[in-house]
Amino acid sequence: MNEKRRAIWVFGDYRNYFQNRVTLQLISRARELALPIGAQVSVIVFGHNVDEIVGNYTAHGADRIYLTDHPRLAEYSMETYSFLMERLARQEKPEIILIGATSFGREFAPHVAKRLGTGLTAGCIGLDIDENGLLVQRVPSFGGNLIAETVIPERRPQMATVRPGVFQELEPDPKRVAEIITVPMPEHMPPDRIRLISSELREAKVRRLEQAKIVICGGRGMGSKKKFAKLYELAELLGGEVCATRPSVYLNWAGHETLVGQAGKQIRPNILLSFGISGAIQHTASIKNAHFIIAVNKNPNAPMMKMADVAIVADASQICNALILELQRRIATKQSHPSDLSGNSAV
Amino acid sequence: MLRLVVCIKQVPQVSELPWDPDTGRLQRELAEGMMNPACRFALETAFSIREKVGAKIAAITMGPPSAEEVLREAIALGADKGILLCDEKMAGADTYTTSSTLAKAIQSKIPRFDLILCGSSTSDGETAQVGPQLAEELDIPGVAYVDDIEITGNKARVRRVADQFLETMEMELPGLVTINARSYIPRYVSMTGFQAAFAEDITTYDAAALGLSPEWIGSKGAPTKVLRVYSPRMDKKNIVLTGTTKKIIGSLFSLFDDRIGGIIGKDLKTDKKAK
Ligand SMILES: Cc1cc2nc3c(=O)[nH]c(=O)nc-3n(C[C@H](O)[C@H](O)[C@H](O)COP(=O)(O)OP(=O)(O)OC[C@H]3O[C@@H](n4cnc5c(N)ncnc54)[C@H](O)[C@@H]3O)c2cc1C
Repeated sequence: MNEKRRAIWVFGDYRNYFQNRVTLQLISRARELALPIGAQVSVIVFGHNVDEIVGNYTAHGADRIYLTDHPRLAEYSMETYSFLMERLARQEKPEIILIGATSFGREFAPHVAKRLGTGLTAGCIGLDIDENGLLVQRVPSFGGNLIAETVIPERRPQMATVRPGVFQELEPDPKRVAEIITVPMPEHMPPDRIRLISSELREAKVRRLEQAKIVICGGRGMGSKKKFAKLYELAELLGGEVCATRPSVYLNWAGHETLVGQAGKQIRPNILLSFGISGAIQHTASIKNAHFIIAVNKNPNAPMMKMADVAIVADASQICNALILELQRRIATKQSHPSDLSGNSAV
Repeated sequence: MLRLVVCIKQVPQVSELPWDPDTGRLQRELAEGMMNPACRFALETAFSIREKVGAKIAAITMGPPSAEEVLREAIALGADKGILLCDEKMAGADTYTTSSTLAKAIQSKIPRFDLILCGSSTSDGETAQVGPQLAEELDIPGVAYVDDIEITGNKARVRRVADQFLETMEMELPGLVTINARSYIPRYVSMTGFQAAFAEDITTYDAAALGLSPEWIGSKGAPTKVLRVYSPRMDKKNIVLTGTTKKIIGSLFSLFDDRIGGIIGKDLKTDKKAK
């Protein structure tokens, strides 16, 4: 069945847990974008023995899945994947291709866009369809002080990489069905000029910051590494993750993987506690989806305080310590009353 | 002798860009230029290759006339020559036209290169797209986010971390790598280096000299168009808490114990009798 309906493609990036989450988030957003332009959502999967992934994308909202399953695709390969993607896109002519802004996606997308002679917007934090049916891509620009809206008016497909954590994945529906189109591996493939010698997943202390519901973020106003370290104690009590602004990372109070902002991660927690952070746009553009923000700053006029739901004018470190004590007290009270309702056993 | 090409970009120096709060505009004239940090490391990587196997190093940049400064810096640090691509028609390029322009210049001025090194991303645009697109345009293999590279014969062995995978790859030459900042400790420029840099030749080419049609470069050739630019708004009604730490913590919990407790999944009420 080769009905020429407009299509939005999502590249199935599944190599690790986080990459796969972005793919699911993009499928969800693609469904919304598909409505005004009457398009269907296709997911492109290259790999070997990836039935589980195909099932996963189906349940999460794909209308159609293009699948190339071949032993040669068992490992990610930039050259092979770019070749296959170009070939398929030239044949099927999608309107839009969305790719997660993972390390792989950020490298893969420019290769594909160049091969297809089309435009690509990097690291989007927003996507919409305008009245002309064009994909409007929102991306922080000029050091994040401004948001730029870009479009690709003429060339096709319109391409974008999208940061993790910007959109929310759909609840999987195991009863959904998708049309699976098997795309055979072409007989003649150009030789791979890059050979993978070894690849090992480094089980670093992979914290799922983008997924975290409870986040504690520390800025320069925490004052010292020692005081900053207290945030981890607070995080433990709250069951949350710690993240940091750029100065805190530069001062080596926290690791680079905890950086939140334009140069780092995008978060959307249910609660964000912000300590000693001024609220520069490069930081705040990445936290604006937080549902409830409590900010502590000595300066009541700091932009961070203006965007908070609760602005606490005080010393950040003192409030952190006081919160730890208060939470310990309140939670300890519960532990001595094991009959209490609240499911609070895991401290 | 290997021929290395290092692509460099001049970026605004200040991390906190001078911003006019009234007009909401970037005061670019106040922002001083510097070499993009990752490009600095790309250059450093070229030097370390030269130390091991010998190489000629050309630095190339596309930018306004002031971008000549980063070429001088590159030469002061040890590059053999500098190439500046400078033309009003090149302005407003997206990554697509930037990579086309760089590719055209490299093909016509340094056709027999062995390796191109770029910074993995710039501190202003942060797209990380120019390197991979340049490799595509030149039809050579490319590997991004490289931490370590070693050249043996006509192959480069590279190491990088991508999506938590520590990868080692072997790439045929000619090829392209983009280098992460922080892979090496950069050297300082000596004064004699700076003086040498002024004597050294930097060649400037405009679009016509490269045979580039204005239709294909700068903002004209760019597939991506900017619709509008705006400052993100931040509206939230906020409750301000002040006073002693004790008072603040007291009001925080009396106002929000339910809300916070609900989110963290713990009952934070102390006063059980009140229930
Ligand atoms: C291209 C580019 C990309 C960037 N990317 C990022 C990014 O990804 N993430 C990021 O975070 N930044 C990024 N930045 C930097 C950003 O502009 C800000 O410099 C940074 O976010 C500020 O961090 P901060 O709030 O911790 O520090 P500061 O701006 O120094 O603020 C410290 C705050 O703490 C308060 N304070 C001081 N002492 C105390 C105390 N004892 N108790 C309570 N409050 C106190 C001060 O009033 C102040 O508001 C980027 C910049 C550029 C140009």
